[in-house]
Amino acid sequence: MELAQTLPQQQSWLRRLSWFDWAYAVALLAGAVVALKLYGAYMDGYEQAILVGTALSVAGLGWHWKAVRVLMIVLVAVSLWSISLYQGDLARAEQVFFLKYMISSQTAIMWMCFLYAMSGVAYWAGLLFRADGLARAGTGFAWSATAMGFIGLLVRWYESYLIGTDVGHIPISNLYEVFVLFCVTTALLYLYYEGRYATRRLGAFVLLIILAAVWFILWYTFDRGAHEIQPLVPALQSWWMKIHVPTNFVGYGAFSIAAMVGIAYLLADKGLLKRVLPSAELMDDVMYKCIAIGFVFFTIATILGAMWAAEAWGGYWSWDPKETWALIVWLNYAAWLHMRLIKGLRGPILAWWAIVGLLLTTFAFIGVNMFLSGLHSYGSL
Amino acid sequence: MAQHTRTRAVYDLLSSMRFAISLLTVLAVASVVGTVLKQAEPYTNYISQFGPFWFPVFETLGLYDVYHAAWFLAILGFLVLSTSLCIYRNGPGMLREMRNFREQATERSLRHIQNRAEYEFAAPPEGVLRRATAYLANQGFRFRTVQRGEDTLVAAKAGSYHRTGYLLTHCGIVVICVGGLLDGNVPLKLRQITGQLVLETRDVPQSQVPPQSRLSPSNPSFRGNVNIPEGTSASVVFQNVADGYLVQDLPFTIALKKFHIDHYSTGQPRDFASDIVVLDHETGERYERTIRVNHPFIHRGIAIYQASFADGGTRMQLKGWPLLSPKVTPFDVAGAVNQATRITSGDTEISVELSDFRPFNIEDLSANTESSRIEVASVSKKVLAQLGSGAADLSKKDLRNVGPSFQYRLRDSQGQAKEFSNYMLPLQLEGSWYLMSGVRSTPNEGFRFLRLPLDPDGRLDGHMQLRAVMLDDKAWPEIGRRFAHNAVSGSTVPTEMRERLAESAEKVLQLFAVRGFESVGQFIEKGIPQAEQEKAADVYVKVLEGAALEALQLARERAKLPPAPFDPQTLRFVRDTLTSVSDSFAYGAPVYLQLVQYEEVKASGLQLTRAPGQDIVYGGSLMLVLGIFAMLYIRERRIWLLVKPAQGKMLLAMATNRQTLENEREFERHKAALAETVKG
Ligand code: HEM
Repeated sequence: MELAQTLPQQQSWLRRLSWFDWAYAVALLAGAVVALKLYGAYMDGYEQAILVGTALSVAGLGWHWKAVRVLMIVLVAVSLWSISLYQGDLARAEQVFFLKYMISSQTAIMWMCFLYAMSGVAYWAGLLFRADGLARAGTGFAWSATAMGFIGLLVRWYESYLIGTDVGHIPISNLYEVFVLFCVTTALLYLYYEGRYATRRLGAFVLLIILAAVWFILWYTFDRGAHEIQPLVPALQSWWMKIHVPTNFVGYGAFSIAAMVGIAYLLADKGLLKRVLPSAELMDDVMYKCIAIGFVFFTIATILGAMWAAEAWGGYWSWDPKETWALIVWLNYAAWLHMRLIKGLRGPILAWWAIVGLLLTTFAFIGVNMFLSGLHSYGSL
Repeated sequence: MAQHTRTRAVYDLLSSMRFAISLLTVLAVASVVGTVLKQAEPYTNYISQFGPFWFPVFETLGLYDVYHAAWFLAILGFLVLSTSLCIYRNGPGMLREMRNFREQATERSLRHIQNRAEYEFAAPPEGVLRRATAYLANQGFRFRTVQRGEDTLVAAKAGSYHRTGYLLTHCGIVVICVGGLLDGNVPLKLRQITGQLVLETRDVPQSQVPPQSRLSPSNPSFRGNVNIPEGTSASVVFQNVADGYLVQDLPFTIALKKFHIDHYSTGQPRDFASDIVVLDHETGERYERTIRVNHPFIHRGIAIYQASFADGGTRMQLKGWPLLSPKVTPFDVAGAVNQATRITSGDTEISVELSDFRPFNIEDLSANTESSRIEVASVSKKVLAQLGSGAADLSKKDLRNVGPSFQYRLRDSQGQAKEFSNYMLPLQLEGSWYLMSGVRSTPNEGFRFLRLPLDPDGRLDGHMQLRAVMLDDKAWPEIGRRFAHNAVSGSTVPTEMRERLAESAEKVLQLFAVRGFESVGQFIEKGIPQAEQEKAADVYVKVLEGAALEALQLARERAKLPPAPFDPQTLRFVRDTLTSVSDSFAYGAPVYLQLVQYEEVKASGLQLTRAPGQDIVYGGSLMLVLGIFAMLYIRERRIWLLVKPAQGKMLLAMATNRQTLENEREFERHKAALAETVKG
């Protein structure tokens, strides 16, 4: 037993959990049970399984990445508060101060946009002036924006049921909603890597792509009025949507971060901002990590999509433009991983390739909806 | 020998990663083609798109159905071959590697490893060894100890399952491709090439399709469509191939009892569902089911999906109104959707092809009035307007069901067709009621609408009677006379002036009967100096309106009706009629078809598939996902400890199959920890 005194012991993962971790997980599961008790009758077995599965995965995520526990507590508390303010009446969104200006869905999403803009400014100022305090503020803004985005989506989910029980649905069903989802998943993934690699210097770059999405959301809202909740077309009324779409967006988010880090890498490679950016080795590693996790999620999402297609359209693969472009994106990153892992390719070529990968991904995400027609036409602009 | 090396070279190439990556790239690029060019359209579309020169070229290249073209399947085949060879080549080695502890490593080879460290110890070597191996075990390493003379080598490894990742992903890809090819159309293609199967290109009832264009119910894999009108049944589906189709016989009959569409209050469809009865041919069993989007019914391995819907031959009673002739009386037309009837207009015969019927149409009637009024709002106002819930502000919209509509094509003797879309019910626009008829020349245009104003009784007759009189050259002198008489009253007016007035009224009517306002305008442009054109136009319009008012009274006399009162409503009716008649010249048809009665029949579009490869593909997908996880998230690490009691030294070397930051960090951690174990 000398070992225990002198050597760092590898404790089993479960043993390292604190009482808070356990309380957090129990609370999540209790929440799921309450939800099942209240609404289980309106769900089919798959939806119940997704609910429990989500509670378990969020618990696991919180155990692995402690910051998520705080985020979840905030999300649950604020969303429930918002719901309680509504008292089941949509019109109160216009009448109650906190709803109108803080935590009704649309307002929360506008706050999200504003906070991401602040985050971007702070990260860039922190990067250019090498002011760590500013960069820390960037992180703070990014977290609060992400919280606001999630709150906006959660409340929107509730609002959709207030419009009509047949209209209610998870808010990931059209281009507007998934852009919000894109912002929050991308930011969350980035924040994870920021914590892990103890560098805030990449935030400036990642926020650029998030702000591009924010810009789109604003344009879409003010110019097109696309923020209005629409009922679901029959093809989307399926529990598959609940797993297929978020999985896809983890993939898109990860690929986006990889490309933005690729840009930072290339700048540093050319000598620009070299002294303020992290080492090439670290950026290379972040890029790899993102593409790896993105690849995993994208693979799963594509397979889920195929299974859904089999159920909705009668064929698991129809060479529909959206499917085909998903395949192209997938092949591209498969090739990227081969070159890096097997051929040991490193450096600017991979960074360029990651950027090209994002262009392909963007086309698969929005380009297909805009320029090509097919079965996925409900996502059109 | 040369033969052997050549085979070897081909094998090396095919199983190389370079080749695989090239294939993946070619596959990606080829796939793009199929997304840019719309696939499997009717061939006539391609001919009009590419012209007679390029059409056959692209056809030979298989661009109209890229994903089933021989060359595309060949790429997939090569991918399967190359990946299989790759597995064959690397797989056994991988499995060996997985089990192998590499305990044969020599000190020399260990010293070539980049991550290494050397410790000196004074403690008893057994203790060092015990503590070090205990540490490795605690860190999740499995190890073997080998005695080499005095020295002891500990060979440890962790994360060996990483290697299964390679096998799982690459086997997964092969399995998916094989499953996909099973469900693909390779067997069909082969039977087509050998002439056993011939595509049917004629538009004939399926019972007349000959056996060489039919597929038997035992066909293992197919995907076909069928439209079943309510109250009828089908026991075949149609599989479109290139510019023809094949008939797939089913082992059961599907009867459609009823097709339902549910709508949200906003008019968007909420649910499509078909009440079907499936009657098995062999067992005679009956299955009554309701299928809806996302909820198919599967029988005998054949999945029946709700894919689309259409009109199933709604029967309609129509009234045809001549638009450009002095005849007043309408004629009756009876027809059904997807049928053609002939009507005669004057001495020409026109074919009417009824193409669609919609029982209702939800339109946002606020759109056409609101959009013209653009409000200039400050930025803050605009933002404030967007705050709140994401629910749509329904007060801004004026959604209304404007009733049934039907579509038809009119084809003249030259075969030229125009498409029309008429609403059954009148629409209230700016306070008056109109029947609307939309027209377009090609399917990708929007409809342009002709408005036919209703008379005060809410019928079309008044308008049509007025129209007939206006276009009746025999009525013009009388209209002119009355116009002159009423325009200037009193007996003191010279007859000469009355005659001039009557003449100009007649002239305007004559001009108007050529091409409406257009010909009147042309006349003014040609005959009157530019400076006076505007004034003249004013006068002409006044005369035309005056003449039309007289025509109205004349028309009412002819219809044995009392004269119309002279009020704003009548004036508006007359003006609307003038506009309508004038627009009729550009309408593109000599008749307007009014829907009087209908009996709706819906049809449900079903897709039937049998895909035996589906489960294989899903299995391959599972392998792929597990494999990717293993490959990317299990890190294989090896640690060697060479304990040399004679020198009191311990050599540590750590190798991984990937150089990553984690591995660097982990090495530093082990290095520091092992430094403790040697202290004793
Ligand atoms: C598109 C599908 C493919 C995917 C997703 C994929 C994925 C991967 C990955 C991630 C690795 C890294 C394994 C490791 O070293 O740990 C790998 C290795 C490899 N792949 Fe693929 N691969 C694909 C297709 C192919 C094909 C078609 C070939 C056929 C020639 C191939 C040949 C190889 C080879 C030779 C290795 C090296 C194995 C080693 O030594 O570690 N791959 N593959």
